[in-house]
Parts: sequence; structure tokens; C-alpha cells
Amino acid sequence: MDDTAQRCIVIIAKAKNIPTDTITLDTSFEELNIDSLDKINISFEVEEAFDIAIPDDALGSLKTVGDVVRGVDQLVAAKAASGSAPSAKPATP
Amino acid sequence: MNRVVITGLGCITPIGSTVSAFQESLFSGTTGIAPIAAVPDAPDGDPGVRYSQAAQVFDFDPAQHIDSGIIAATNRNTQFAIVAARQAAQQAELMKHHAPGDIAIIMGCACGGRSSEEHEVKGLYTRNARAHPLTIVRTMASAGASNVSIDLKITGPTLDISTACASATHAIGLAFHMVRSGMSTAAIAGGHEAPLSWGFYRAWDSMRVVSPTRCRPFAADRDGMTLGEGAAMLVLETLESAQARNATIFGEIVGFGMSADANHITQPQAEGAAAAMRKALADANASPEEVGYINAHGTGTQANDATESSAIHQVFGARASQIPLSSTKALHGHAIGASGALEALATVLALREGRLPQTAGVSNPDPSLNIDLIVNEPRPTEPTLALSNSLAFGGLNAVIALRTWR
Repeated sequence: MDDTAQRCIVIIAKAKNIPTDTITLDTSFEELNIDSLDKINISFEVEEAFDIAIPDDALGSLKTVGDVVRGVDQLVAAKAASGSAPSAKPATP
Repeated sequence: MNRVVITGLGCITPIGSTVSAFQESLFSGTTGIAPIAAVPDAPDGDPGVRYSQAAQVFDFDPAQHIDSGIIAATNRNTQFAIVAARQAAQQAELMKHHAPGDIAIIMGCACGGRSSEEHEVKGLYTRNARAHPLTIVRTMASAGASNVSIDLKITGPTLDISTACASATHAIGLAFHMVRSGMSTAAIAGGHEAPLSWGFYRAWDSMRVVSPTRCRPFAADRDGMTLGEGAAMLVLETLESAQARNATIFGEIVGFGMSADANHITQPQAEGAAAAMRKALADANASPEEVGYINAHGTGTQANDATESSAIHQVFGARASQIPLSSTKALHGHAIGASGALEALATVLALREGRLPQTAGVSNPDPSLNIDLIVNEPRPTEPTLALSNSLAFGGLNAVIALRTWR
């Protein structure tokens, strides 16, 4: 398992207060009883850890731990390609 | 009008996170005041203040009680509220005997989720960080009442009241009136607070009212208050419903009075406190002669304790020096908006057990106050009428009157 996966699993395990070895890439959010509050919390922790911003429309499509890891890899790659963090800062009102 | 009795109790406090543990500390005089533990967000955990003690809850692990998503969406004060309310509701078998829409939730909270707010603001000001997406729901002062309603599936009138250090007493008093009038058949009433953040410690330090040693209410050498945290909840219901289902009755609430000093934002005035005590007695249809115990606001500051004693003299005249009085803040500290709930709980247990708690750690009552301060050990009492006083910054006063149930 690569570094991104390991880090995502640690974040999810901490948020759910469960051991990391109960989580694999195939584990679904449903199996982990991840509700909407957990999801928003975990998304924020992942954003902070990888310095990325998950688009609003991507949140709804995350169903498994593997989805999170693939999404993070894509966003990190996109950030590297563009040379800067994608809108990590809040919009100015 | 309905008579209103107490059929469930719950608490998370520095002197016990069950009612039985709280009661044991209350009567043994075991204080929850201890050295300040490492403060999150403060450099090296040191809040950098001129005092070293606070009344903290050390044995509370939210993960033992609450789902992870709710933990993520709540500040510690709300987590205290959820667990204390569950204890009280379970003891009363509240949900089994009352329809969800007939139950009110009235709670006091002065500070909201300020530690969560501070944490996010620290990130914002120091590194332009994003805020956690649950910051708003963690920090709103009504989160306690909302989360208790969600947790227990209660759909009646639900709100948090904010009147600084009188919040919980206002909440219990208003809940009492709602059940007495028949607006609700039962209520969960109390307070919840977990304000011990770095900024909170520092702001109180600057006010110069926190004891550099330890809160010693009404002592000749008192030198200030001790900050605290916690929650306590009472289940109130009509006497009729409690008796119909043969519920255990822990006590009766008989009166509620409130007033405003309309004078000064920090300096209390005796007339305001006296008015609230008189109104509570009038509301109870009781005379001052019936009062056999006062659980004082008793913060341990020079100003509060002198003013409160003066107010007691105004209300009770020559009898003022003969009414047994104590401040349990010497045990559980000053839990700010929750304080009145911890003291209502102490008063209920005192009346039920027939033992009035001592003002722990005080051996030298201030003779100039001319009051009958209970010290050294609990004092036995016959069934009686008690007042529990809460006198807040800003001159907001609330007093409830309770009777021994027999």
C-alpha cells in the first residue's frame, strides 16, 4: 500500500476511533458507518493533510476508502502540474 | 397549576461524572480543584496566568459515549450536555412515559464552543488556515440543547439560555414554570459548559478575580474564584405524572425568582439579588422563615460574597445569621453557565439526604458577613425549604426554591 493510502487510512481510523488494520482500500464508507458528519470531518482532515481542496461535486461520489485515495492522488498530481495549490484559501466575500 | 418534581439526575463534573460519584465528593468534601492540565493551543500547554488551579473534568472520554460524527460536530460542552442528559433521562425513564413533543429541553450555557472557535481562529490568524467545516455547529451556544433533542428524539420546546453565570438557574427556573403551567408535561433542565481554553484562562486572569490559591467562599482570607467546567441535568415533571407511574422523586421545585441589578457590568448589587430571592419565595408561596438552607452563588471573590451576604440580610433580617449556608463552588469550581445546575443538583441531594454540604476548605468564615457558614463537615437537617442562588456578571440574578420531598 502506498503512502497516500496509509495516510488516508490513519486519518479515517482516527476520525472513527477504530484500529487502522480494520480498514483496507476496498472498505466502504457504509461498512465503517461513516455518516455525513464523519464525511465532512474526514474530508477536511484529508484536505489539510495533503494541502488540497476537494471539489464540492466530488464529495458525493466518494463511497470507499479507495475512492478517497485515488481522488487525493489526482488532486495532488493536478496541484504539482499547475505548480500551485488549487484554491486552498477561502474565497474573499 | 401543577406541582413540579425532580425524577432524574445526571452530571459530568470535576467531582464526579455520575450522580453517585458527585454525591460522594459533595459530602466527603473532596474538591475537584487541581493544577491546570496542559492547555491545547497554548505554547507548551502553559496558559501563562497568575493562578495554577482549575476545576477540570479528567475522566470524560466522549468516544465512550458518542458516535464519531457527533463528536466531530460538537464542542466538549455539548458532549457533556448529551451524556448528562442521557443519565437523567434514563434514570427517569423519561422517554417511556412522556410523548416526545410534551418534553421541553431548557439549558443554560454562557460560553458556547469557545475552545473550538479559538482553535480555528488561531489557525486563521497565524497561517490563514481554512476553518473546519463543522466550526459553526461546534461553536453555536445552543448546540447543547439541539444535540440533546437529536440524541433523545425530543421534539418539544428546546432552547439554550445565556445569562452568564446564572444561565443554568434561569434555565431550570423557566423549565419549572413551563411544567407548572402545563405547557410541557416534563423537561430536561440544566446547564453545560466547557470554557477552559487558553483565551478564556487569559481573559479571566486579566480581570483579576481568579484566586491565586483556591476558591474559599465566604472565608475571611478569600482571594477569588476558581474556574471550572461541567454539566448537570434534572428531569422535571408534574407530580401527577410522577406519582401515576410510581417514579422515584428526588425533590420538588417550588419557586423561581429573577431580577436585574440594572447597575454595573461587573459589580453586583445586593438589592438585585435580594429581589430575586424574594420573588422566588413569593413564587413558592413561602415565607422567609421557612428557609433552612441557602446554596449560595458564593464565588469566593470579595465583592460577590459580601454583596450576597448583604442581600441575605436584606431578605431575612435578624434570621439571616441563623440560616445554614454553603457554597459548593469550593468543590466543583465555577462552571460559569452550568454552575447553577451543579448547585441545584447539590441542593437536591442535600435535601434528599438530609445533609447540608460544607464549604470545603474554609476554616475561617469572614465574621463581618454575619452568616451561618457550614464548614468542616456536612450538617444534618430536617426536611426544609432551600434556595439556590445564581448572581451573574451584568447583574442578572436567578434563584430557585426547592423543598425536601417526603
